[in-house]
Amino acid sequence: MNAMTAFSGRNTKEMLRDPLNLAFGLGFPVVLLLLLTAIQRNIPVNLFQLERLTPGIAVFGLSFISLFSATLISKDRTTSFLMRLFASPMRASDYILGYTLPLIPMALAQALLCYLVAGLLGMQLTANVLLAILVSLPAAALFIGIGLLCGSVFNDKQVGGICGALLTNLSAWLSGTWFDLDLVGGAFKKIAYALPFAHAVDAGRAAMSGEFAAIMPHLWWVIGYAAVALVAAVLVFRKKMLRDNG
Amino acid sequence: MAERETMEYSIQAKGLTKDYGAKRAVENLNLEIANGELFALLGINGAGKTTSIKMLSGLTQPTAGEAQLLGDSMTNEPARAKAHNGISPQETAVARNLTVLENLAFMARIYGANAQTADKKANDIAAQLGLREVGKAKAKTLSGGMQRRLSIGMALISEPKILFLDEPTLGLDVIARRELWAVVRGLKGRVTILLTTHYLEEVEALSDRVGIMARGKLTAIGTVQELMTKTGAKNFEDAFIALATDTEEIA
Repeated sequence: MNAMTAFSGRNTKEMLRDPLNLAFGLGFPVVLLLLLTAIQRNIPVNLFQLERLTPGIAVFGLSFISLFSATLISKDRTTSFLMRLFASPMRASDYILGYTLPLIPMALAQALLCYLVAGLLGMQLTANVLLAILVSLPAAALFIGIGLLCGSVFNDKQVGGICGALLTNLSAWLSGTWFDLDLVGGAFKKIAYALPFAHAVDAGRAAMSGEFAAIMPHLWWVIGYAAVALVAAVLVFRKKMLRDNG
Repeated sequence: MAERETMEYSIQAKGLTKDYGAKRAVENLNLEIANGELFALLGINGAGKTTSIKMLSGLTQPTAGEAQLLGDSMTNEPARAKAHNGISPQETAVARNLTVLENLAFMARIYGANAQTADKKANDIAAQLGLREVGKAKAKTLSGGMQRRLSIGMALISEPKILFLDEPTLGLDVIARRELWAVVRGLKGRVTILLTTHYLEEVEALSDRVGIMARGKLTAIGTVQELMTKTGAKNFEDAFIALATDTEEIA
């Protein structure tokens, strides 16, 4: 327990002390929210309504959690930092929890900041906001799992490409945040709804609009994907742990 | 416990063998390193030094044989055996965004110290290794020599009885290297050290005994003087070249 707590504390500091992490994780989603709200004020159609936009931006912001965690793990692997720890009495669960736990409050803080900024921009802050933040937890778990998985498999340069470019774009375009997926329809919409990102955004929107019955059908998709990503991450990390030192 | 304290050997390798697929990296390594001894393991690249260290420190499982640290089997009691050792890997393995003192305290806590004790130990080790002045500096801002010193400090913070130093002075300038030698000399007698290096003058300056590996086998063992006498060489470099290209395993 002591080792896990120490490791999780170290991981928190490593991530929070990287200015790029703060800029992208907290700054970028807020800038997008400000920018799109400014655009909305100058166009006649209702394209970026805050109640619909904010859950999307919150999910998009969470995709950076994958980048933080994957970068940290891959650097720990390639710099022999993990090798030093593997020679210590730490157990496999200490590693997994030590990497995972610090990301949960970070994800919550990120979502909270998005909704607070939306509140400052004029969105009504009701109890539904708290529900929407709660509903974003499975999406946070999904992105944490993807981060652990990518960090265990790829080096830090590959992680930059895969989590920094590919994943953020996938979660942006296939989530329905920027445009209504019904407008595109067809195969694009089918692919989007076969993946978890659009479901995560729709669950958040349902929470915000008070359509509580519509939350769980979407959330199950996200929970399913998150469970698969986390289990795969744990299995791959343990396998790589043996192989990197074998 | 008293039995372990009085045990003659800190490190014992009994027939350690490691295969990677069809390739045998280390074959039948038998070795005993006494308490407080500084033992240098030498060999050209690919001779099996790093694989041997990985098996002895519990980083990899042997294909056959057994490693024991202070009598605890790395195969049967890995947690107990690992608690005896500290390792400074070939690359400088420090947490880059943590300060020097935070890095040291972090490692102390990994080995079970509470926060207060860990901070005290971190300050003690920083003073011992000349890191006090940079205690609040982030590790990534340190010079290569200071980072390597911190890396060794992180291996020492758990007060290990056994220390594995894998090429600790690789890439350092001559001043930084000499400073690290002074640190290692300060540990001699108190800590059992297994050192790998490519710098033969380092071996001559620091080691009590030397083992030479070639193609995965331990081909010679003895003091620097004994190895020179054995090969009839005028200097240690000639003795090393003769022995490092020999594949005859010692009896």
